[in-house]
Amino acid sequence: MDADRLRDLIPQVIAVVVRRGADFASAEDAVQDALVQLLRTDDEPRDPKGWLVTVAWRKFLDATRSESARQARELRVHTEPPPGQAVDVDDTLPLYFLCAHPSLTPASAVALTLRAVGGLTTKQIAEAYLVPESTMAQRISRAKRTIGDHRLDEPGDVGVVLRVLYLVFNEGYSGDVDLAAEAIRLTRRLAAQPSLAGEPEVRGLLALMLLHHARRAARTTAAGALVPLAEQDRTRWDTALIAEGVVVLRGALSQGRPGEYQAQAAIAALHADAQTADETDWPQIVEWYDELAAHTDSPVVRLNRAVAIGEADGPDAGLAALAEVDEATPRRTAAAAYLTEKAGDRRTAARLYAEAAAAATSVAERDHLTKQAARLRHRAD
Amino acid sequence: MAKYLLLKHYRGAPAAVNDAPMHEWTPEEIDAHMQYMADFAQRLQGTGEFVEEHALAMAGTFVRYDGEGKPPVTDGPFAETKDLIAGWMVIDVDSQERAYALAGELSAAPGKDGKPIHEWLEVRPLLSEQLVSTD
Repeated sequence: MDADRLRDLIPQVIAVVVRRGADFASAEDAVQDALVQLLRTDDEPRDPKGWLVTVAWRKFLDATRSESARQARELRVHTEPPPGQAVDVDDTLPLYFLCAHPSLTPASAVALTLRAVGGLTTKQIAEAYLVPESTMAQRISRAKRTIGDHRLDEPGDVGVVLRVLYLVFNEGYSGDVDLAAEAIRLTRRLAAQPSLAGEPEVRGLLALMLLHHARRAARTTAAGALVPLAEQDRTRWDTALIAEGVVVLRGALSQGRPGEYQAQAAIAALHADAQTADETDWPQIVEWYDELAAHTDSPVVRLNRAVAIGEADGPDAGLAALAEVDEATPRRTAAAAYLTEKAGDRRTAARLYAEAAAAATSVAERDHLTKQAARLRHRAD
Repeated sequence: MAKYLLLKHYRGAPAAVNDAPMHEWTPEEIDAHMQYMADFAQRLQGTGEFVEEHALAMAGTFVRYDGEGKPPVTDGPFAETKDLIAGWMVIDVDSQERAYALAGELSAAPGKDGKPIHEWLEVRPLLSEQLVSTD
């Protein structure tokens, strides 16, 4: 059966089992077991949601009965409702809040969100993050213990949820689960929640993801090498995703309450808007970086702003802005190398590229920077 | 089947025959090298002998315990003379001979001027987890 449709059911099924009297941690475990069982069978039940509810409830009862007799006595007060169609309300939002509870570490919140809201199996999450399945299982059960005293109906912090979803999105792709696509799916559902209509940042994040995702095919070569934005084949950008991202962003901006995700999405939209790299509206991008800095003044934002200034007002202005950025900021040396080359000092730029390569945090980035250094050395001599 | 670790050194191994550092190569030579490494790993996945590979960041630090209630002591960044591991590949093969043959192929990756690097790779057997009965 369609995996996305099945995964969409998981948070609803958890909510039903919780409403019937299970605590969140046990309900989530039981639903995961039911999901794994369903994934192992070849025949699709006529009513997958009803099937999952029935099986999860039975698993929950079995698990609880096998615990202490005291708990079993307490449980007798919960009589099992008659089987049949579960009520079709989307009460996924409380699950988003609980799984991204501020008391959780980012890694725990990510794992729990992917499992309970995303409906992924522990095995799939473990593969996506390249850790053993037992490690991921432990991370998830510890996360559930951490939020054990919290109820599903507590008010939550939408800002934390957005941070968690953005983390998932940036993890990219490994294993058979496309985490970026998964993050978009979860953010779409969040943006569709009527009670969040007044939160433009939710749609700002969705727009940002769509606009970034649209460029994915052009971002790397077949061999996995990085292609910088200026050199990307823009015909490989996904115009449908860009169009959707722009519409979502306009809707968010029209509420007149800008924020960090809307600002980042606006920058991505300005890049998407340019037919060629030369047509990029850098002055307007700098303005959005100023807006972004007003919301979140991080060294990384200042670094990107310096590069944008280098494009808008020339490399010397960019280098001056870069001088204000903390030395320890990741990729600062790479940005310095880029602006130094634009300023015409190839020899220094080559040295800076080699230095940046030594400090790179990914293989693709390291190889890209090494090649930039090689390119300049062979043209400088 | 037995597992072997192929260790690649930035520093500390005997000098390679074609020992030019990578930043002196042309971009095309770097591309050819990367492609060779990727093809090698992919071929080993195809033969069912590949276990894992990882590249390491160039920077690192020595850290040790300094007693109750004290923060750990760091000695850090690696000195210029220290042996420096660049990364590793773990393979699962039928014999030591096969492990050596594969290490030899990896060492033949092209470098400057498109010629094989002939770099020294360290081949280390992984200790088995199993108790082998000998009686």
